[in-house]
Amino acid sequence: MERIPILKMGRFLLVTIQVDLYDRLALTLEEDLVQMVYDTGASGVLIDISALSIVDSFMGRIIGNIAGMSSIMDAETVVVGMQPAVAITLIELGLPLAGVHTALNVERGMALLESRMSARPDDTSDADDD
Amino acid sequence: MPMTIKENMAIQQERDLVYCRNRVKEIAAKIGMGIVNQTKLITATSEIARNMLRYAGGGNVKVEVITRGKLEGLQLVFEDSGPGIPDINKAMQDGFTTGNTLGLGLPGAKRLVNEFAIQSVVGKGTTVKILKWKNG
Repeated sequence: MERIPILKMGRFLLVTIQVDLYDRLALTLEEDLVQMVYDTGASGVLIDISALSIVDSFMGRIIGNIAGMSSIMDAETVVVGMQPAVAITLIELGLPLAGVHTALNVERGMALLESRMSARPDDTSDADDD
Repeated sequence: MPMTIKENMAIQQERDLVYCRNRVKEIAAKIGMGIVNQTKLITATSEIARNMLRYAGGGNVKVEVITRGKLEGLQLVFEDSGPGIPDINKAMQDGFTTGNTLGLGLPGAKRLVNEFAIQSVVGKGTTVKILKWKNG
């Protein structure tokens, strides 16, 4: 079955969507990502959608789901690279992707994740160990 | 010089949605539609075609280049012979859904195009007609 690859980069997971998303593929990505967050203990997920010429309500919902699921597993999601025409269309469609962090490109998305991580209480502290 | 393009596409499975979106985008680009309008049109197309697939088990899309005076645009007609929509006014409300979705499909699609018409007969099927002007 066709799958979208998920790369592990340090504490983060990077997904670059390079193909046209059909519904089953998007759902598989959602499952794979949440599993991967669990398996790797990743603290951030970066989804690069710069190659996507369309995000409709179904894909928007999947992106929202991924962010929500990752969040309850203690990982933050940043969506990067949205094309301007896609952004305009999403707002008119009525899907503002509330609750999803966004950044202009992968570099800025990484920086955003890093800054959010450093704002967290230190992971290595033994406060919760007992 | 206006182009005459008429095309028929069957929507029977998810993959057909991808093909349909891509083909509509190609035709829109061919008549010189800008990228923002192209994106709005294929997003509306995706919403309506997905509804057709989900609720009617599939259907047909007719794409046609339309000219009205100096205006040129693309008209799409989505036809299915599914169960029909009992209450169209409800279906056109934001957030109304009978499936497990956001309920943005039809009302969202309407906001993205210049003209939108829907007709449905319970037990017979649904027809949705949309039109997007090249510069609209």
